[in-house]
Amino acid sequence: MATSTGVVDGALIYILAMSVLLLFLIVFFMIYFAVRYRASRNPVPSELPESPLIEAIWVIVPTLLVTTMFIYGLTGFRFLRSAPANSLVVKVYARQWSWLFEYDNGKKSADLIVPLGKNVRCELISADVIHGFYVPAFRIQQDAVPGLATYAWFNATTMGSYYILCSQYCGRRHSAMIAKLIVVPPDQFEAWRQGKKIEFTGASYANMPAGERLLYERGCVSCHSLEDNKMMGPPFKGLFGSQVVVTTAGVQRTVVADSAYIHKSIVDPGADIVSGFPNTMPPSKDVVSEDEIGRIISYLKGLK
Amino acid sequence: MAERETHESDYVPYFLHKGKYPGALGWLLATDHKRIGLLYLACIATFFSVAVIIGVIMRINMLPGHVILTAQQYNAAFTLHGIIMVFLVVIPAVPTIFGNFFLPILIGGRDMIFPRLNLFTWYLFVLGAVLALVSVFFGGGAVDTGWTFYVPFSLKTTVNVPLAVFAVFILGMSSILTGINIVTTVHQLRAPGMGFFRMPLSVWGFYATAWVQILATPIIGITMLLVVMERLFGIGVFDPAKGGDPLLYQHLFWIYSHPAVYIMILPAMGVISDIFPVFSRKNIYGYKMIAFSSLAIASVGSLVWGHHMYVSGQSDTAGIIFSLLTFLVAVPSAIKVFNWLATMYKGSIQVEPPFLYALSFIFLFSIGGLTGLFLGALSPNVQLHNTYFVVAHFHYVIFGGMGFGLAAAVHYWFPKMTGKMYNKPLSVVAWLVVFVGFNIFYFPMFILGWEGMPRRYYDYLPQFATLHQVASIGSFIMVAGLVLVAGNLLRGLVAGARAPANPWGGATLEWTLPSPPGQEDFEEIPVITHGPYEFDKKESGA
Repeated sequence: MATSTGVVDGALIYILAMSVLLLFLIVFFMIYFAVRYRASRNPVPSELPESPLIEAIWVIVPTLLVTTMFIYGLTGFRFLRSAPANSLVVKVYARQWSWLFEYDNGKKSADLIVPLGKNVRCELISADVIHGFYVPAFRIQQDAVPGLATYAWFNATTMGSYYILCSQYCGRRHSAMIAKLIVVPPDQFEAWRQGKKIEFTGASYANMPAGERLLYERGCVSCHSLEDNKMMGPPFKGLFGSQVVVTTAGVQRTVVADSAYIHKSIVDPGADIVSGFPNTMPPSKDVVSEDEIGRIISYLKGLK
Repeated sequence: MAERETHESDYVPYFLHKGKYPGALGWLLATDHKRIGLLYLACIATFFSVAVIIGVIMRINMLPGHVILTAQQYNAAFTLHGIIMVFLVVIPAVPTIFGNFFLPILIGGRDMIFPRLNLFTWYLFVLGAVLALVSVFFGGGAVDTGWTFYVPFSLKTTVNVPLAVFAVFILGMSSILTGINIVTTVHQLRAPGMGFFRMPLSVWGFYATAWVQILATPIIGITMLLVVMERLFGIGVFDPAKGGDPLLYQHLFWIYSHPAVYIMILPAMGVISDIFPVFSRKNIYGYKMIAFSSLAIASVGSLVWGHHMYVSGQSDTAGIIFSLLTFLVAVPSAIKVFNWLATMYKGSIQVEPPFLYALSFIFLFSIGGLTGLFLGALSPNVQLHNTYFVVAHFHYVIFGGMGFGLAAAVHYWFPKMTGKMYNKPLSVVAWLVVFVGFNIFYFPMFILGWEGMPRRYYDYLPQFATLHQVASIGSFIMVAGLVLVAGNLLRGLVAGARAPANPWGGATLEWTLPSPPGQEDFEEIPVITHGPYEFDKKESGA
């Protein structure tokens, strides 16, 4: 949970209570009138003279009631939209179909690891289409829009791991675009951020070989199978060293999938489009470093 | 209304009338408003059935352990379900079926003012539907963008977006022309003595809606064309990589698509306002308030589109203004509910099938409207936006509101349109099955959304399995009820008892005509001397 949880829930519960009350009154009078004034009991209807007073009440009371709801929602919104100046800043890269979190010292992570009780400001960056950064437990949600700087912030109040979901429909693997938000003690967080290897409970890709884990963490496996089945992109098994038919600037040719080819496919995936697959992969140089590309290539070499 | 004698000798039901063209051509080239209403009914009933079947397939897919679709198929399924329901069923249904059939009669005219234009709107409607259908099977396959076509996804996906959005453009043209026809008809063809405040409230509903159709629909038309141009020529209005703005698309889309919700609900509210007095045997309480609240909803409702965009990246100031306006537009809807209830007070109430639907309309629409307050509020929306709470909310408003309003209209006017009566006890059973199934189906979705289940998800986290299972079971019950409703109505059409001219004891003009009406509706244009809900108190209903 976070400080925002209670702020949003307060308004939600207020509106819920008012709504249940109103619904009860409406249904009560509807059923009461239908029974009390049924034709068999009340054969002759009596006209009700229109009363300006009653009609004024019908306008004023609902107006006042919804005004209180508006103000309650507004107060919470102001809170959600005012990240304190001293916040820890995390860049959130959203792309089809994975999340990547980058800290101010360049540390990258597939899960959002944050210190307990600190203000965290998430700056949202989309590489392709609109995604929704949504942490249900913290009651925060904000779209990541390509070409537009947006943010969400929170201050976690209990340790544990929570889901980060994509809430803006983004295509085939929208519902699998899930990461974890893990709240840890500040000293552990700081050690981890400085490069110490710590496996936090609830992490998405624990206990995996390093190269394979990288493919999971960067979302490659959303589209590329580690077996030989065909998904959105070409499968990885047996890829390295094989002959690949590609279209380069509108011309079809056959190339060998060597280190240079794989490097280019990651950095500039639209350059050589593999025959039979759509050109949908976003350029990935922001989310994968040269060193990591090297590790991916050596992993693929071994994936026969 | 003064009782008129029916001349049995020269009376022929409108559907047996021998016009200029024989047989099927007599329908396909019909300019009579009643026949055009039935042409729309046939198409819309077909599209509705298709969209319901797609919905059931999705609900089967959401049963734990019953995956029958691939992710791509599921995405196409909810997109098609949305496009068909929104553009081919819910927006056109009440104005084109009942507006066409009853609007001229209710104001004492003999037809719509532009009968050939009226037929043309039906052809545009069919053309739009055919294009939408073709887009599913050709040129990259079924659209997978959701019915909202958000950019940049709709610019990048490989499926046949251009044809699908062009279909929406054509359907929009049909809707605009229908609106022009309705507004002009109401202004020009009212019978002598039928002042604006003697019009039945259903006519006010059609009238307010028609203005929204005329004023808002061009915006979606242009927006859809821009998407086509962006796809085909890369003009860069919306694509941020070319200096375009994805939020511009969302603004343009919702400037139409939020008022479209009022296009859906206002005519249904109008029909409900006609039904309440009839079955309470009492004048409507607050006629002018209901009439003006329709106009208020239509106008203020055009200024609230940004409440779909609180978390989109639009400015916080804009969000605050849109939230305030959203709450204000809730007030006229509340007024209508209070007026309907006050109409029942000290009435002489007969709970016939149309009234049963009208009462359940109030219940379901109230839930839909009240949950709209959660979504209109700024901070709660941040939690609930794009979750199943939204899915539940708009199904309560649109299916529970407009859908049950439509069902009320069908059961109210069926005897007038067909000259036959359906089986009343069976219709009550069918209503009960639909009503119970509906709530088991959609209510759990409020909880799912509150707990953080996003919409448009092919798969879900394990903690949501139980509620998805309950919702799916509810959907099967509801669809079984819909089949019962349809079966009962079809049986009534074929083998029902003959319906009298005025089975419910209504006081509006359609009940002065024989059931079914003749070709010319009125042999003589009536002269109106009193309001639409002044009943003969001694007359007992049916």
